[in-house]
Amino acid sequence: MTQELNGATQANDPQRRRFLASTAFLSTAAIAMLGGMPTRGLAASHGDAQAANDLGILNVALGLEHEGIAAYEIGAGSGLLDKPLLSVAQLFKSHHEGHREVLIKAIRSMGGKPVGAKSIAEYQQSSKLDVKSIKTAADVLRLARRLELGAVNAYLGVMPSFGNRDLSQVAGRLIADETMHYTVLTQALGDPLPVPALSFGA
Amino acid sequence: MLLVTTWFAALGMAATVAQAADPMRGQQLYEARCIACHSLDENGPGPRHRGVYGCMAGTQAGYDYSPALRRSALLWNVANLDLWLADPTALVPGNKMVVRLANDPQDRADLIAYLKTATENPRECQTPNRSGR
Repeated sequence: MTQELNGATQANDPQRRRFLASTAFLSTAAIAMLGGMPTRGLAASHGDAQAANDLGILNVALGLEHEGIAAYEIGAGSGLLDKPLLSVAQLFKSHHEGHREVLIKAIRSMGGKPVGAKSIAEYQQSSKLDVKSIKTAADVLRLARRLELGAVNAYLGVMPSFGNRDLSQVAGRLIADETMHYTVLTQALGDPLPVPALSFGA
Repeated sequence: MLLVTTWFAALGMAATVAQAADPMRGQQLYEARCIACHSLDENGPGPRHRGVYGCMAGTQAGYDYSPALRRSALLWNVANLDLWLADPTALVPGNKMVVRLANDPQDRADLIAYLKTATENPRECQTPNRSGR
């Protein structure tokens, strides 16, 4: 596990640059996958109701990404994480920032308005995040893992509802990142990995 | 032939004998599958759940429900929650919850058992008597 964490840490800066570069490509690709049709192009081809449904899903996903970024920011700023865990948390936060940008661009390309983030103070007060109960590094990791698992399952649950299949592919890529995060966090906590096959989703 | 018949009979029995609903497992499922959008005490992408069991759908204060759910006249009981969790859109077309997170009947039973124990609070919603439905 240490080796895995170190691997992620060593890769942090150059990997982050490469990730951000690839994210820029993905964002372009995501827009391209929307048929190169700005604003109402998608609605015209899939129906207004379905496009509105897709936009609603994307904005919920964006809200979850905002929340995940805030959770990693709070965790990294808690003083409870040392390297290599701190570097891993920063890397994972950067992944969620990449997801945020992909979703914002997709929403705008469909003519929607991206939902904004709450303030850090609001996230700190949230009973869902329960920041006040965090006392140890393990508590930080458990919060992050809980959010990652929730996001994985949420994305898996909405994938069949996308009217635009290209958005399902984007969601699949987000799920892959978040499953990676879940796995690394579980290993860092020393907890067992899921035993049954198909343990994510329903 | 007898072996095959016995095997099918055993399968049939297994299918008809449902396990008792387990609220502890339901809580684990809730935390894994529902918390992205819901919590017991805060509205998020989805409404808070404290008080939902035994309520009329779409009536808790402070959440912007879809018109479809507000008009549904559904009571959140075991039967309706089972249908909802299996496929929310099939039960209430046009509602906001377009996610399917409990295809397995046992998962739904366990989730409902948890929701019943954790969220029942008739003072926080419209009950059938108060709403007249």
